[in-house]
Amino acid sequence: MKQLLAKLLVLSTTVALLVSCGSKDNVAPRGTDNVVSDAASKTYVKPGEYDEFYAFLSGGFSGQLSVYGLPSGRLLKVIPTFSVDPEKGYGFNEETKPMLETSVGFVPWDDAHHPELSQTNGETDGRWIFINGNNTPRIARIDLGTFETTEIIEIPNSGGNHSSPFTTENTEYVVAGTRFSVPIPQEDIAISEYKGKFKGALSFISVDKDSGDMGLAFQVLMPGFDYDLAHSGKGKSHGWTFFTTYNTEESNTLMEVGASQNDKDFIAAINWKKAEEYIAQGKFKEVPANYVNNEYSDETHSAVTKRLNKVKVLDPVECPGLVYFLPTPKSPHGVDVDPSGEYIVGNGKLSADLTVHSFTKVLDAIENKKFEGEAYGIPVLKMEDILAGIVKEPGLGPLHTEFDGRGNAYTTFFISSEVVKWKLGTWEVIDRQPTYYSVGHLMIPGGDSAKPDGKYLVAMNKITKDRYLPTGPEMNHSAQLYDISGEKMKLLLDFPTIGEPHYAQGIAASKIKSKKIYKLEENKHPYVAKTEADAKVVREGKDVHVYMTSIRSHFAPDNIEGIKVGDNVYFHVTNLEQDWDVPHGFAVMKARNAELLIMPGQTETLLWRPQEPGIYPMYCTDFCSALHQEMQGYVRVSPAGSNTELKWSVGEVDEE
Amino acid sequence: MRKDKIVFIVGVLLLLGLFVFPLWNITLEAPQYPDSLGMDIWITKITDHNPNDIKNINLMNHYVGMADIQLDMIEFTIFPIVISAMIVLGIIIGFTGNKKLYLTWFIVMILLGIAGMYDFYLWEYEYGHNLNPHAAIKIPGQAYQPPLIGSKRILNFNATSLPAIGAYLMTLGLVLTCIATFLPIKKKIEK
Ligand SMILES: [Cu+2]
Repeated sequence: MKQLLAKLLVLSTTVALLVSCGSKDNVAPRGTDNVVSDAASKTYVKPGEYDEFYAFLSGGFSGQLSVYGLPSGRLLKVIPTFSVDPEKGYGFNEETKPMLETSVGFVPWDDAHHPELSQTNGETDGRWIFINGNNTPRIARIDLGTFETTEIIEIPNSGGNHSSPFTTENTEYVVAGTRFSVPIPQEDIAISEYKGKFKGALSFISVDKDSGDMGLAFQVLMPGFDYDLAHSGKGKSHGWTFFTTYNTEESNTLMEVGASQNDKDFIAAINWKKAEEYIAQGKFKEVPANYVNNEYSDETHSAVTKRLNKVKVLDPVECPGLVYFLPTPKSPHGVDVDPSGEYIVGNGKLSADLTVHSFTKVLDAIENKKFEGEAYGIPVLKMEDILAGIVKEPGLGPLHTEFDGRGNAYTTFFISSEVVKWKLGTWEVIDRQPTYYSVGHLMIPGGDSAKPDGKYLVAMNKITKDRYLPTGPEMNHSAQLYDISGEKMKLLLDFPTIGEPHYAQGIAASKIKSKKIYKLEENKHPYVAKTEADAKVVREGKDVHVYMTSIRSHFAPDNIEGIKVGDNVYFHVTNLEQDWDVPHGFAVMKARNAELLIMPGQTETLLWRPQEPGIYPMYCTDFCSALHQEMQGYVRVSPAGSNTELKWSVGEVDEE
Repeated sequence: MRKDKIVFIVGVLLLLGLFVFPLWNITLEAPQYPDSLGMDIWITKITDHNPNDIKNINLMNHYVGMADIQLDMIEFTIFPIVISAMIVLGIIIGFTGNKKLYLTWFIVMILLGIAGMYDFYLWEYEYGHNLNPHAAIKIPGQAYQPPLIGSKRILNFNATSLPAIGAYLMTLGLVLTCIATFLPIKKKIEK
């Protein structure tokens, strides 16, 4: 205990020293003197004009993905992914409830960290964007035609899905590495039995190249380290995925000390092409696992939950050539592969230097069996044999690196709050710019692909003190936009973000084909009403199904009688509009969930359970037309057991 | 064959364009429709200029009590028959090389054109004036008739009514038949 305290003391003093000497080197200005004078014109997108890039920023603990335009930094949309969202009815309407289903039931929140665009030939293709749910391990796929979450797959045998979902060159796979190791299969054991009993699973999720449909192809069972981040190889390293590890000490308490003892941890290099061979040869174990796969259909406008119960697992000890360890100082966080696929940058967050491995040298060392030993039966390469170079003392607390496609790399430094530009090959530092403050990830559109658009860089900051008007004890996190087209980086813009933005992806706007409406004739929802003539109310015992339509500016039916206390009333509302950006909302008084927001051509269902007899107004919540305020109706609710006749109407005036 | 015969028959055949291209186009622009709404009028049908335009025009128009655009009209049966008949007649006349018959055909065609435009005007009049007395928005004295040709402001809409490709081909055809009738291009190619 004494020893531990002493260590802690030493560590905190060192960090304090690091921090103080860091701020001496780079006195972070309060804000304005590194902003170039023409910044405003460089981020100005004239009213009526479009931004050049889409930026997708993870919402962190909001469980969402937010969409911004670059260079303006304008918020374009928030896409609910792992969290219920009353604004859009996501997770509240009957159609999307299955999206948030898991092996333990409905989970309406998650911690979403890393968006990743689909790629073809190593280039972003604008079809889908994937994002991980950390807490209840899941991966979501968002369709970039509709900007809606269309699939979520749960990851079994995982204790925190952090090193995820980094795509391979042709989106053959997205990966899902566990941050926390846990017993596999899960069991009730003493935590002190961590060493040896806890394992880490690295999952490879296959993605159908036409439909995007995800499936858990296989898992690699790894030693009980923490798997932090990942990136898949490209070009010459295509076929490999690299995962950083920390806690190779396998500590299970006071990790800030326990997991910071080894001078080097590992980057685990997984040869997934080899894994495919082993799977084909049947060298896997099929182990029981409970997990779900939820898929939303744009035809039925509904999600379905599929329950799955086994997974193929590969043991590296039985599969030679599947995994190698690349020693990397020290608790590496990001692992980033340059556009050529040759350089693997290990961002050792407790290291003073940046370590860059050469993929060519890795292959060479493997071929010549130049190992320094083994860890859990996995060969460990010698660092000096695989080293491409070291960026010497670039800053403090390196986290993430992206590339501009012109031979430069950009790394964020959390402790010294800066972005540092350095040159691949010569490893010299070219430029450094402060961030405000404590920057995590950074993003260059296509900056982790084979073809970066090296024009802008977005830094995602954890702390926003003194950047915006105060909003109480908490302020939104912040993103900062830099122009990186020249030799020196130029700060152009600050903009607030949603939740905690971890990672982001950017893509040229021209690559995305956004849909304007859902075609009504293609609507295959089981309770669709495609015309007002189809509107009706059907009682099935205690369930009442209202086939309702909405169009500017009325519902059909707009008067419903014969509903009773104790009924489950399903309002299936079809939006008959076929015009871009004309959704209708639907809300009914004292509904205990949310509203609906129904896109043109879509059907959504609100379940309403009236509690007391009376007259209940319902109305459209989205200002849709000049007579939006008149878009309303009434439901009459009678006591349970009464015999009020079930009837409905629209446009019928009683003549008495 | 005589040159004027060729010119006349080619002119007549250009009327076939009416079966391939729209005759007329009406476009409605408003602030909330940056891409504008439009309908194409053919001799056989009315179609959306962009998908769902007519549905959206009807939706906007119902606020002021305008009826839905009728997609089946008697004209769509009559026009194709009349045009087909004129083409067949025109080809026969073309082969006779009789300049008096040329002129007759030309005059009939002009009269038919005027009749067509008058019919179009009546349709527009009906469309713009036949309002539901229970309409949500009633503006005394306001009619919603689109212009016969050219642009006109109707409330928040700028309505533009212009000939389309079919009409231009027909006009070119008439010019050719006119040239064949009046210009001295009788010279024989053969002999
Ligand atoms: Cu509405």
